[in-house]
Amino acid sequence: MLSTYTYPKYRYTRPPELQSADIRRVPLIVVGGGPVGLAAAIDARLQGLPVVLLDDDDTVSVGSRGVCYAKRSLEILDQLGIADRVVEKGVSWNVGRTFFRESEVFSFNLLPEPDHKQPGMVNLQQYYLEEYLVTRAEELGVELRWKNTVTAIQAAPDGVRLSVQTRDGDYNIDADWLIAADGAKSLLRREMGLEAEGTVFQDHFLIADIVMKADFPAERWFWFDPPFHRHQSALLHKQADHVWRLDFQLGWDADPVEEKKLENVLPRIMAMLGDEREFELEWVSVYTFQCRRMHEFRHDRVLFIGDAAHQVSPFGARGANSGIQDANNLIWKLKLVIEEKAPERLLDSFSIERVAAADENLLNSTRSTDFITPKSSTSKLFRNAVLSLAQYHPFARALVNSGRLSVPTYLTDTGLNTPDDAGFDHGMSPGAPMDDAPVSVEGQPSWLLNEVGGNFHLLYFGLTMEIPKAMVNLLTSLAQDSIPVITLLIISPDTATTPEKGSETLRVLVDIKGVMSTRYAAKPGTVYLIRPDQHVAARWRQPDVDQIRAAVARATCND
Amino acid sequence: MPLNVTPNFYEPGKHYVRSYSPGDDFYECLIETHRDLTDAESAMVNARLILLLANHIGDLSVIREALAAARENA
Repeated sequence: MLSTYTYPKYRYTRPPELQSADIRRVPLIVVGGGPVGLAAAIDARLQGLPVVLLDDDDTVSVGSRGVCYAKRSLEILDQLGIADRVVEKGVSWNVGRTFFRESEVFSFNLLPEPDHKQPGMVNLQQYYLEEYLVTRAEELGVELRWKNTVTAIQAAPDGVRLSVQTRDGDYNIDADWLIAADGAKSLLRREMGLEAEGTVFQDHFLIADIVMKADFPAERWFWFDPPFHRHQSALLHKQADHVWRLDFQLGWDADPVEEKKLENVLPRIMAMLGDEREFELEWVSVYTFQCRRMHEFRHDRVLFIGDAAHQVSPFGARGANSGIQDANNLIWKLKLVIEEKAPERLLDSFSIERVAAADENLLNSTRSTDFITPKSSTSKLFRNAVLSLAQYHPFARALVNSGRLSVPTYLTDTGLNTPDDAGFDHGMSPGAPMDDAPVSVEGQPSWLLNEVGGNFHLLYFGLTMEIPKAMVNLLTSLAQDSIPVITLLIISPDTATTPEKGSETLRVLVDIKGVMSTRYAAKPGTVYLIRPDQHVAARWRQPDVDQIRAAVARATCND
Repeated sequence: MPLNVTPNFYEPGKHYVRSYSPGDDFYECLIETHRDLTDAESAMVNARLILLLANHIGDLSVIREALAAARENA
């Protein structure tokens, strides 16, 4: 098989623990060097936490695996410092076409709303994402230990002890906190006697990555019951380097070993391409999938994220995307707890919020799976009826479900939000992931989401009004609190009355297009409290400083 | 009123963040209703469902339009 990609080989170094009988204790260990574990480790470094990452391999993902990265993931990756590389290398796409038997039933255009920094969806082979994350982790001083295989865990209420195997021998290491990002087959989960409950879908799918110079557009093509692959579904998607992802539903009776053989794979591909064009096979895999999650993601000092905590069907790109959001939700809370600025129960909110997100992902991906692979003849009849109406009627198009693409969860049912006072409709309600907007800072163009994150921030919409100096002083004093809150003053363009910059902590953002005020339903005096993970924690029309401090306390379980 | 063929599912008092959610809620209910039924039982459920909904709509001009649309390209 061809390879468009050269797998890096990361250096194993003999762990210092092997020289000594003493057991070292570190504040934080991440187990698993996939996209989710790496994202967590990088975020931890950005929050100033020392972190050791253990991985049983010494390279990146073998095969393209996770391919679609959604806008929210790109926004988080931008905070981590690698989104530009991902967007530049990846393939942005907006158009999806759905076919039923011989004909196209409809197409959709994700038509990303303008005035967001990141595109709606980028396709990139997982190995590239991991390579960029590893480079960034190295830059930031993550202690990366390749070929260090965790074999056992002893978990106690105040920390964990790991047994680790290397080619030079075994050692033990202790940690105050452990992040388990060791994937769907998580050894840590198993060793701790924990289960992920749910269902295995009784179907097989064949993935083939092929390299071809094709003039097919960068679109997602999805077929129900196509002539080239009768009674099953198929998918075509573009990745970087002229690599195309093909996906064929095979049915539960398929033999995975037989199906992977070239003499069986090649005819399927040729039938799909429908002509004699040349291509090379790069990677083939047959998979089944499960929809399941752990009951809780926090177990004392062990925090489960990504596939270790929850698995979904691949329809909708909700696997890696949700794992990256798990990490983003967890790390700021962990930092506050480690620094004793918040009680440990703040980490229960990580579990509550990400369990809710996992349930939303499970619901949507299960629905897609049920539509794509109907489990009874009646279910199939309805599915085909919807598809046959979809060509003519908009309501039926809305019911066609070939995957509801990953979007961030509104963290509404969480103890961390302060309920709205009167005067707000829905929109950016407490718990909402922030909408981006173009702004300028000191005359330079920027994006709202590049100006917040990592800390609590206050968006104070002065807009055109004159800002009382006393208010400025009060708000900037919040930056001196034990959990600092950094105020950003939002003003309309051409507003003459910018306040004196009495303090380094008052940064002024100009809402250059008025988009930000619209997206945040802002009026002069409106204030938003933003969490370090860029979710809204509270908003008011006319708050006083005590209300803001109370909302920060609530968002950190200090109330 | 002509037959409405634009997306129209909702639940009173419920706010949807994603536009596809109410339609997907409906579809899941529909499929769930048929769970563990034989094909003959399902066909009977479908027939009853059509009768119930047709009576609820009442307006025969709408029902005639729907019947024609359903039969088209059958």
